[in-house]
Amino acid sequence: MKVRVRLFAALREVVGQEEVEMELTPGTTVSGLWEKLVSRNERLGAYGKSINFAVNHEFVPRERELAQGDEVAFLPPVSGG
Amino acid sequence: MFEIVHDILDVRTLAQQVASQVDGAIVTFSGIVRGTNQGKKVLFLEYEAYPEMATKMMERIASEIRDTWGLSAVRMQHRVGRLNVGETSVVVVVAAPHRDDAFAACQYAINRLKRIVPIWKKEVFEDGEVWVEGPAETVEVP
Repeated sequence: MKVRVRLFAALREVVGQEEVEMELTPGTTVSGLWEKLVSRNERLGAYGKSINFAVNHEFVPRERELAQGDEVAFLPPVSGG
Repeated sequence: MFEIVHDILDVRTLAQQVASQVDGAIVTFSGIVRGTNQGKKVLFLEYEAYPEMATKMMERIASEIRDTWGLSAVRMQHRVGRLNVGETSVVVVVAAPHRDDAFAACQYAINRLKRIVPIWKKEVFEDGEVWVEGPAETVEVP
């Protein structure tokens, strides 16, 4: 199954892309997807402790299982205002 | 009502949108780009948002305000892109029958925005730049 990953701020700059498409095996969780991204780009690892996870524009726990077509985002601590 | 915008923000226009005959108080908040942060001179800021989720989280905040204070006259706008010192980055307006609730709900809205709305700022200094990170905490899942 395919999911779309959106990247912002520091994570976008580390990866060098705003968006990536990932092919996953069914049952992959949000944190499983994160680990897959980190294995492709080790510099992301430093952000793992502070990020929040979102699926389809809503915060989700890291154990959330993904589905075909989901839009996933890994969010560094927000700093708007 | 809840927007991520690229243009200059105008708090007075937003305040006019919530004015009504039942509300005796309108509280407005404007966030302004400071020229220094932690003693360092800031040249300008770059704001970035996850727009679809940002507006959804603003709606969530408005719904929390409805639940807590029974108020529905709430507006929020956040600007993105390059902002110079002195420019307005965010505006929040709340109208209520009486001032205590308007103050409380407006303060709640901006505090909550700074914790759950996916927007980030990069500070650009003379000798470098840094993405600012708010407190690292797990946002509660609804």
